[in-house]
Amino acid sequence: MSTVALAWQQFRFERRLFWRNPSALFFNFSLPVIFLVLIASVFSLSRNDLKTLVPGIAGLAVMTTTFNALAFNLTFIREQGIIKRMRGTPLPSIAYFGGVLGNAVMNAVVQVTLIVVLGHLLYHVSWPQDWLTLAVFTALGVIAFGALGVAFAQIIPNFDSAPAYVNAFFLPIILISGAFYDTKHLPSAIDAIARALPLKHVIDGLHAGIVTGAPVTDHWDAVGVLSLWCVLGLFFAVRRFRFE
Amino acid sequence: MADATISVRGLRKRYGDYEAVRGISFDVGRGEVFGLLGPNGAGKTTTVEILEGYRERTDGEVSVLGHDPAAGERALKERIGIVLQSTAFYPNATVRESVEQFAKYYPHPRDPGEIVQLVGLEEKADERLKALSGGQRRRLDLALALVGDPEVIFLDEPTTGFDPAARRTAWKVIDALKDLGKTVLLTTHYLDEAQSLSDRVAIIKDGVIVAEGPPSELSPESARYRVAYNQNGHRVELETDDPTELLHRLTSEALAQGRRLEGLTVSRPTLEDVYLELTAEAVAE
Repeated sequence: MSTVALAWQQFRFERRLFWRNPSALFFNFSLPVIFLVLIASVFSLSRNDLKTLVPGIAGLAVMTTTFNALAFNLTFIREQGIIKRMRGTPLPSIAYFGGVLGNAVMNAVVQVTLIVVLGHLLYHVSWPQDWLTLAVFTALGVIAFGALGVAFAQIIPNFDSAPAYVNAFFLPIILISGAFYDTKHLPSAIDAIARALPLKHVIDGLHAGIVTGAPVTDHWDAVGVLSLWCVLGLFFAVRRFRFE
Repeated sequence: MADATISVRGLRKRYGDYEAVRGISFDVGRGEVFGLLGPNGAGKTTTVEILEGYRERTDGEVSVLGHDPAAGERALKERIGIVLQSTAFYPNATVRESVEQFAKYYPHPRDPGEIVQLVGLEEKADERLKALSGGQRRRLDLALALVGDPEVIFLDEPTTGFDPAARRTAWKVIDALKDLGKTVLLTTHYLDEAQSLSDRVAIIKDGVIVAEGPPSELSPESARYRVAYNQNGHRVELETDDPTELLHRLTSEALAQGRRLEGLTVSRPTLEDVYLELTAEAVAE
């Protein structure tokens, strides 16, 4: 079988097993939806607030399905010896990891779609105003957070400590990056940190794609920061990769 | 050996200041079952993992089916099967799915159903891996190593943690591999396992081979017989290459003096004696 066909087989295998893993299902599917519905209801958000919340949750979903999920998954398969075992087979590494990464990308796409659809059906947020902007920022977010998740997994010593490591970054980042509310009035020091990190730019880009319809060309700064994170993430993901 | 399937020459592996493998050499011929026997920490796993392509050697030459395993070539991986020391596959996959998935990685796999049957897991075929017992997981490992129909199979302590019945089953499977003409490199710290499965055994201690040969011939002094009996309250032990003559002499003397040879035994050193003698220091440490 060709490497592409093998990667496809591995992807399908990963998808089949994904549906059998309750905690993966919760974090990749339920959590963003729960955030969306709960925050919208608890704070009885106005039409305008919802236009901030829906892209915010979509951005959060991009991060959980790629950064969080890959940091957990890779730590798990490394600790279980699965990566080592696969390396002893003729399956090319690129086909194996293609399947593992493809699974995360699929979750990100499904999740962004789900949030956009729910936002429209439940909260009357318009259908995306600029599909290209939405696609570009989803893709940049997936690549940046995916690569950073792979790189981060190399730092996590074992699966037991993975939730602590992941949440130490995930929780502060979603709070300062405007996943739940408009961050116009953040203290300037915190705002500077948020602007240096990727999530705020993903959310701004998704906001442009879904709500304002601003073209990508209006957000070159966001594209620039995200591209930088993509390069940095890919560099460390590949360089520090541990098989065992 | 000119046409050795596995060939190892002067292999060394150093981890920092510690040298785990200190210059070992051996050959394994086609269709041979070769056992690496030794206490924990002797260097067995390091050696096997170098042959499997997992570790880089510090020095020496190794070849498996004419390839250098360190190159990590797919062409070699298609022809070898690996059972690692610990089980590793997706806990949520079933036995059947796992074997079927592995079959896709190889160019000429065997029928997955047949392999599941071969290792005696047909009743567990639809169980998830996380529901299997330790012994069942090891049998799955064996199935995953075999489904690609490899020519060379590496088994790193394949029955550690098995109950006696499961070990017998595993031994039968390994014997069946021999009948299929497979070359097997086995590591174990069980003497009986090395003895009953291997055509040849090498005993490793502290990173060097201290004895090598067919289990029946393996002995420090080329299998001398031991004759022992009791005399005046202590045990007399004699060694000989020719027990017939010695026994004739002893029995004649005893008869002439009207004594009996109490507790007379004649034995050849077993692999266990050899092993215990050769590894005594390691155990004492």
